[in-house]
Formats: sequence, C-alpha cells, structure tokens
Amino acid sequence: MIEVLFLLFAAIALGAAINVLAQKHVLYSSLSLIVLLTAISGLFILMQAEFLAVINVIVYAGAIMVLFVFVIMLLNLPADEDGEDRLRWLKLIGIPMGLFLSFMVIRTVWDVRATPLTPELAGTPQAIGASLFTDYVLPFELTSLLILIALMGAVVFAKKDL
Amino acid sequence: MIEYLSSREFLILFAKMIAIFGGVMGALAYTTLLERRVMAFVQMRPGPNRVGPFGLLQPIADGLKFLFKEQIVPTNANVFLYYAAPIISLIPALLSFSVIPFGPDLKIADVSVSLLLIFAITSLGVYGIVLGGWASNSKYPMMGAMRSSAQMLSYELSLTLSVVGVLMISNTLSLSSLVQNQQGTWWGFIPRWNIFLQPVGFLVYLLSGIAETNRLPFDLAESEQELVAGWHTEYSGMKFAMFFLAEYANMVTVSALATIMFLGGWNGPSLPGPWWLQMALPTIWFLLKIAAFLFFYIMVRASIPRIRYDQLMYFGWKVLLPIALANILVTSFLVAVL
Repeated sequence: MIEVLFLLFAAIALGAAINVLAQKHVLYSSLSLIVLLTAISGLFILMQAEFLAVINVIVYAGAIMVLFVFVIMLLNLPADEDGEDRLRWLKLIGIPMGLFLSFMVIRTVWDVRATPLTPELAGTPQAIGASLFTDYVLPFELTSLLILIALMGAVVFAKKDL
Repeated sequence: MIEYLSSREFLILFAKMIAIFGGVMGALAYTTLLERRVMAFVQMRPGPNRVGPFGLLQPIADGLKFLFKEQIVPTNANVFLYYAAPIISLIPALLSFSVIPFGPDLKIADVSVSLLLIFAITSLGVYGIVLGGWASNSKYPMMGAMRSSAQMLSYELSLTLSVVGVLMISNTLSLSSLVQNQQGTWWGFIPRWNIFLQPVGFLVYLLSGIAETNRLPFDLAESEQELVAGWHTEYSGMKFAMFFLAEYANMVTVSALATIMFLGGWNGPSLPGPWWLQMALPTIWFLLKIAAFLFFYIMVRASIPRIRYDQLMYFGWKVLLPIALANILVTSFLVAVL
C-alpha cells in the first residue's frame, strides 16, 4: 500500500516539477508548483512527518503561492514569445552543470545509509518544537531576525519617504 | 489490499464516509433553503414556499435546474482553468469534513494534527476563486478575484492566530482531544468550554471566519452592487452550483471548528432515554451547535450592511491582528504563571 502511494506521489511530484519548467505561461508554471508542493506533502505523510506535511501546504501552497498567483494576475503577464533565444550560451554551460549535479545527487543517495525512523515522536509537533527551542535555538532566532530585516527592507522599498 | 477492502474495519469506515458525505451534502442543500427562508422572514416576505410543503423541496428543484441549464463558456475564456476552478474550490471545502469529529466515534480519520490539516486544506480553496475570476477573462470576475485573494490572505492571519490561545490551554492539535479537554463543568453548572477562557480569541475567530468565507458584511469579493456577482459572474448551471456549495461547505467548516474549539464540540447535558438516543446524543448536540452558528451567520447577513473595502483592510490588519497578537501574549503569560 505504502509503496503504491509512494510511487503515485513521486510520479505526480516529478511530473509537476517537469511541467514547471516546460510551461511557457508563468501562471501554469506556478500552478504546477502548487501541485508539486502538495505531492511532496503526501510524501512527508508517508514518512510519518504529518506536521511537516501540513506546514508545507499551509506556508508554501496556501500562502506564498497565493501571493505569486496574485502578482502574476495583477501584472497580467503574457506568455513567453518564441523570439530570440537569449539563453543560447547558458544552455552550453547548463548541460555539463546538470550532469555534474545529477552525479552529486546520485552519489549522495548511494552513500547515505537510511536510518529507520525513531519511534512515535518522529514527526510530531512536540518533537519539532522541542528540538527547535533546544538544539536549534540559535539558528531559529537568527532566522527570525533575518526575516524581520527583510520585512523592514520591504517597507523601506515600498515607502520611499518615511 | 483486497483483504483489507473486504475487512469489517474498512466496511465500517466506508459506511461512515457515506453517512458523513451524504449528510453534509444534504445539509448544505437545506442550508440554502434555511438562508432564503430566514432572510425572507427578516425582510417580511414569504420566501420560496411553493415547491412542496413549506418549500421543503426547493433545494431539489434548484439542483435539477442547475443540472439542466445550458453550459456557457465566455469567449476568450481560458477553457481548462474555467472548468477546473469550481472543482478546485469544491474539493478542499468538502475534504475538511474527513477530519471533523461529529461524535466520539463518528469521524472518518483521527489525525494528530487535524486542526492544522483543516487550515491547510481550506487555505487551498482560495485558488478556485482566484482562477475562476482570472479564467473568465472578464472585468468584474477579475476584480472580485483580486479582492478575494487579498482579503483571504489578510484574514487568514488573524484566523490562525486567534486559535493559538486555545491550543496553548489544551496542549493539543487534535480536534478529538480538544473536545475531550472540554468535558465536565466548573462548580457544577458552567460547562468547561474554552469560550469562557478565551472570549477574545472567540470573537476574533468569529469575525475573521466570516471574512474568510466571503460572507456579509465582508463579501466584497462578490458585492452585487459594484461587481454584478464578483468572481462567479460568468458561471452558470452546475459550475455555479459548485462554487455555491463550496461557500456553504466552508461556512459549515468554520462553524464546526468554532464549536469544537470554543463551544465544547459534542459535549452537552446528558438526557435520560433508550440506548440509541444515548448513542446519538453527542452528534445531536454537535449538529445543534453548528445549526445555531449557521443561523447566526444568516442573521448577520440579513441585518448588517457591507463595509467599504478600505475599511475591510483597515479592520483586518490594524484591529483584528493586533488584538489576536495581544490575546496570545496575555494567554501565554497566564498559562506560564498559573
């Protein structure tokens, strides 16, 4: 059962990921990205990380992507025209870089030995909260500081004469 | 897999799914009738009373009418998204009923993070509205979709934050445990409901819940006087009915969550009676509380005029959000001290 579901969600995620790049219209790309994020949440649930799965949907699919779609609609961006290919040279570099990246990914997957999930507490909010506020409290606080700075920067950009 | 599908466990689950889904769909149809009759009563006119006794068959007549209407697609509409949008808005609206506990045993799935799961599912519903407005390729739907996405993003913040106080008190994210924590009474007569501990949180939740479901006085997304019908102006027939059902399903979800988190869920006074009444009693209390909420929704619609768009944004960001944050601050202080 779990294998079937894994293959299903993995196939959806891969298909959506390819579609993000293949679509010409940016709105379709972002819609595919939403499908991709939801499918990844499905994979998280199969790994018993329910909290992570739900937060992934709330934050990315439910909030950030809504903003993306909102801005795309607001600007009413047209589909990409088949004009002069400005990325000609990047394609040449892209192929070796892509090969290198896939080599690294395959090697990492090959090397890492999967450890079995630790009992019940693996993906619960309690476990995540406890590790966030004990082991990872410094990165956590620094991230919040970073977000605050970005927020202030956005306000300064938006309102030039404060 | 086939073994599992023929097991007793699965058959019971399947029966529950049919019961909950069928019950919810029927209830949604009759909520539309309730709304029209109550609105008519407030405005001193009879309302739909011709089809069947007291107009009780009106929802069925409406459904048939929706089914047989001509399918119209506006010229230059994006056909794929135009057809997909009603489906995208209806599926999340119905999906959230899979984790709502209607009684101690009457629930489809018991997930440990069911509250967050509902927030996640319902946050996807906005795409139906946004895409419906965009794909129609028409001015009014576009305006409605823009308003709606800005409004839902703004009020989702206060909606989520208003719940945090309850979560800090109950220490759980599971809806069933939330209800179980509210069993019993204080001093024998006040029910141990979270509304008495979190009155401010309840008010913030109620207001932002109305705004989240695009209902009056916050229905700027479809305000008839300015935007014809907002994002679903170009929709008719069954596609319109799906948007309509999604709106009512979201109303029921918001009411059910309010009941579970603040009003004790299926807890209620026990009555003497035969065993079947004892079994059904929690569900009856739960449904009665939801019905009271829906009635409140309709009365609000009938009595309060729509607010202006700038007032809506002002209210969401500068009134509700600070109140919700202050509520969290005070609650966490009290929880830590007491």
